[in-house]
Amino acid sequence: MAILIDETTRIIVQGFTGKIGSFHAQDMINYGSNVVGGITPGKGGQTHLGLPVFNTVKEAVQQVGAEASIIFVPPAFAADSIMEAADAGIKYCVAITDGIPTQDMMTVKNFLRRFPVEQRMILTGPNCAGTISPGRAMLGIMPGHIYMKGNVGIVGRSGTLGYEAADQMKRLGIGISTSVGIGGDPINGSSHRDILEKFEADQETKVVVMIGEIGGPQEVEAGIFAKEHMSKPVVAYIAGLTAPEGRRMGHAGAIISSAGESAAEKVAILKELGVTICPTPAAMGETVAAVLARM
Amino acid sequence: MDIHEYQAKEILSGYGVKIAEGGMAYSPEEAVQRARDIGGHIWAVKAQVHSGARGKAGGIKICQTHDEVETAAEALLGKRLITHQTGPAGKVCGRLYIEAGTDIAKELYFCFLVDRSSERIVMVGSAQGGMEIEELAENNPEAITKIYIEPAVGLQDFQAREMAFALGLEPELLSHAVKTIKGCYRALRDLDASMLEINPLVVTRSNELIALDAKMGFDDNALFRQQKISELRDKTQEDPREMAAADRGLSYVGLDGDIGCMINGAGLAMATMDMIKLAGGEPANFLDVGGGASAERTEKAFRLVLADKGVKAMLVNIFAGINRCDWIAEGVVEAVKKIDMKIPLIVRLSGTNVEEGRRIIAESGLPIITAETLAEAAEKAVQARNEAVAKEAAQGA
Repeated sequence: MAILIDETTRIIVQGFTGKIGSFHAQDMINYGSNVVGGITPGKGGQTHLGLPVFNTVKEAVQQVGAEASIIFVPPAFAADSIMEAADAGIKYCVAITDGIPTQDMMTVKNFLRRFPVEQRMILTGPNCAGTISPGRAMLGIMPGHIYMKGNVGIVGRSGTLGYEAADQMKRLGIGISTSVGIGGDPINGSSHRDILEKFEADQETKVVVMIGEIGGPQEVEAGIFAKEHMSKPVVAYIAGLTAPEGRRMGHAGAIISSAGESAAEKVAILKELGVTICPTPAAMGETVAAVLARM
Repeated sequence: MDIHEYQAKEILSGYGVKIAEGGMAYSPEEAVQRARDIGGHIWAVKAQVHSGARGKAGGIKICQTHDEVETAAEALLGKRLITHQTGPAGKVCGRLYIEAGTDIAKELYFCFLVDRSSERIVMVGSAQGGMEIEELAENNPEAITKIYIEPAVGLQDFQAREMAFALGLEPELLSHAVKTIKGCYRALRDLDASMLEINPLVVTRSNELIALDAKMGFDDNALFRQQKISELRDKTQEDPREMAAADRGLSYVGLDGDIGCMINGAGLAMATMDMIKLAGGEPANFLDVGGGASAERTEKAFRLVLADKGVKAMLVNIFAGINRCDWIAEGVVEAVKKIDMKIPLIVRLSGTNVEEGRRIIAESGLPIITAETLAEAAEKAVQARNEAVAKEAAQGA
């Protein structure tokens, strides 16, 4: 099962022929992802990495049945590429691009909401490492080899901290059903809550690990969802205990700008909602192991 | 990116927002000249620093004679203003804004900001201006009105009217209030501002609506298309180390602790700092070196961390994805040799090519302390820091 992607998902790469797009497209192909082509406006008809290049996403959907896309387009043009994917009928899109203006993301979210729910493209990112269903497909820039196939779902804002979690679990023999990076921007495609909902519906996933950080309301919203609608245990770690108020910690969205946005406050609220908290970032693996052992 | 009050006022005035007459001064003489140009009998001498709550910190002085203007300007220029927004280091005032005194009848609060929950721009207002909105939200939340803006159609007149009435404005001020509110919204949208605050927005005794203060913050991700806004950057208001880092494509935030950090990825950086704290230490900084950490970049990052003379030990934590541990290890070894480090260095590598990376560190012959896990790395860093501090104390005694 897994969520969002598997070995059958037909993937295209937007920003295919660029240096970064080419590098990661090859990496995804090597992992076993079903990459069926790519988009670079003006280079339609060419072949790149042995795959067809299209001018538009629409052509890729019509000609090779593209279902999912990954975006490596520069920040100034990325919002447009996301909307093009949604308009062409792509079902799932990962935006890797870091640095998309907030107002552009507001436009994107507004554009997506115009589609009826059943036709609406799912977007994760921007400013994320992507999504991987270990052993099946990788739609991202992560090192695939650190993920073991299994029953734990991961959703997180950060790339490398997500790798750390997967690595800690692998050392304990715990595998991953799907790991989803939702990105570090203030306005993103899918929230922690949106992904928890998908994991709850996935038969293969037994436990979900949520890796959050300071800033914004999403971790608490996810905690409320978990309490009200989930049968599966949720384990959480919130990064940024030492982050001072009002300072942006790398991610555009990692800033404490109002009450309830600090790591300590989020942890306190999540605990109250029945979420299992990892006491330290070094204990993500063992906390999941303990939860699994109780099941 | 933040800008000064006078810059925000100049922008807003171009969008139809009324402001009091004023001018810039970089010296006491200039301040007096500005007061003369403005005329009248009362002036506000306002320190231009990137922070709210300047009044409380003594950054705004009301003067009734030219001599008082001169004295106020002398006192403020070069002064370090410390507010809860600047942190303990404060911000140095290098420019003044001299403004005509305003005869205030009523102070209101008004702002626009990006609401992350609804993913929309929200307009916030209160008839109780002057104090900070956080205080108001805590003590009297009913006094705050929030109106959400639909991105596709933008702010509508009826919404601006709703806000004007919520602010308790008289009907004769309505059309100007709508113009002011809509002007602010257009400025925010046109210029990619993420925040625009007028606190206080005042009604004068002659029944005019004036922006007595103005604060604007801009989306850093949009500066590439806001050339004119980028030019307003005042580097004296920003931490020099953070500026230097940004110029080198690194993301750095200076903190008060003494364990320097170099990490790839913002989330892992925050987690590593948390781990240092949980192990009994205090991080000296946040530093995300990003994806492609070349040897050159690594050296720059080292120099940046070590430029903070309070740093007693340094922790490098890299989880290599696109990166490779062997490249990182080579960069670290090269940097240590070049810089001639005097403090203990703890390195934890994980991910792609980790064995090769560890071998390079081990064979370098350098006194680098290595760690396999995140917990071990933090513990070793705190231990090394404590030993270094003890040694210093022993030498001092």
